[in-house]
Amino acid sequence: MTKTFYGTSLSSPLMLGTAQYPSPAILADAFARSKASVATVSLRREASTNKAGQDFWQLVQSLNVKILPNTAGCHSVKEAVTTAHMAREVFNTSWIKLEVIGEEDTLQPDIFGLVDAARILIEDGFQVFPYTTEDLVVADKLVSLGCEVLMPWGAPIGSGMGLNNVFGLRALRAHFPEIPLVIDAGLGLPSQAAQAMELGMDAILLNTAVAKAGNPAQMAEAFAKAIDAGQLAASAVPMEPRDLACPSTPLFGQAELS
Amino acid sequence: MKDILVNSTPVLCQSDNLAALLIELGYENAVVATAVNGEFVAQHSRGTSLLKTGDKVEILAPMQGG
Repeated sequence: MTKTFYGTSLSSPLMLGTAQYPSPAILADAFARSKASVATVSLRREASTNKAGQDFWQLVQSLNVKILPNTAGCHSVKEAVTTAHMAREVFNTSWIKLEVIGEEDTLQPDIFGLVDAARILIEDGFQVFPYTTEDLVVADKLVSLGCEVLMPWGAPIGSGMGLNNVFGLRALRAHFPEIPLVIDAGLGLPSQAAQAMELGMDAILLNTAVAKAGNPAQMAEAFAKAIDAGQLAASAVPMEPRDLACPSTPLFGQAELS
Repeated sequence: MKDILVNSTPVLCQSDNLAALLIELGYENAVVATAVNGEFVAQHSRGTSLLKTGDKVEILAPMQGG
C-alpha cells in the first residue's frame, strides 16, 4: 500500500542525500539512476566571494525531486528551530527533517530536544520528519504532537552497520501501522535496505552508503533495486519462520531404496 | 561604520540594516537566509532589521546535506 507523506505521494520510496559525492555530476548521475523522489539538503554559511551555495541550489533544482531540508548539526532546540525557519524560507517548503543531535560519538538524536522542537515547529505550521530512535514512547509522543511521519535510525549516521535493532523496528511498525516510517541513517548495503522494506518500512533515506561507494551512481541503482525487491516481498506476505526443518520435496511416493 | 561579525568574520560595514548589508557585501540576488544574534530574520524584515556594532550576522545558503 502506498502511503503519503503529509499528503504527498512519492514516486519512489528512496530519499537520497546530497552530501559527500565526488562531484556534482556524479551526484546528478546517482539521482538519475536511483530514481529517488526526495533530496535532502542543508543550510551552511555562504561566502560572498564564490557563492558555492547558489550553484548547488541550481543543481538540486534541476534534479526535479521533492526537497527535504534538514537541521543537521543542531544540538539545541533553539538552533534546530531557527534553522528550520531559515530553511523554510530558502527552500520554500514546510517539510523539515528535524535533527537534534544529542551525542557526538553516535550522533544519536536528543529525544527530549527533538520532542520540544517538534512541538514548536508543528505549532508554526511545519511538516516535521523527526530523526528519532526506535523508542516507542518517543514515537508516541511525536505522533501525538502531530508528526505524520517517523524517521527511526537503522544505526548511527554514516556507520553503514544496517539495522541494529530489528526487534525494535518491527515493534514500531506493529505499533504504528498507519504512520509512514522512513529508515534514516546507518545503512551501508542494498541488502540492508531490502531488509528494512521487508519489515514493512515505507521509505529509505540514504546518503553516505551511496556517496562514498566506489561507484556512487551504480550503488544508487543497486539500492533502488533492493528497495523495490524488499517492498515487493513485503507485499507478497513472507512465510512465517520456524525453528525446525520442514521438507519442501513431498515424501509421498518416495522409493524404498535402503 | 559598525564593527559586526558576519559568519564569524569581522566586518566593518556602512549599512544601517540587514537588507543594505547584503547588498554591500555582494549577496544581492543570492538565495540566502539570515539571522542576527541567533534570531531568524525573514527576507521581508531585513529592511527593518537595524544593525549595531557587535551584532552577529549569519548568512546561510543551500548546501549539501544528508
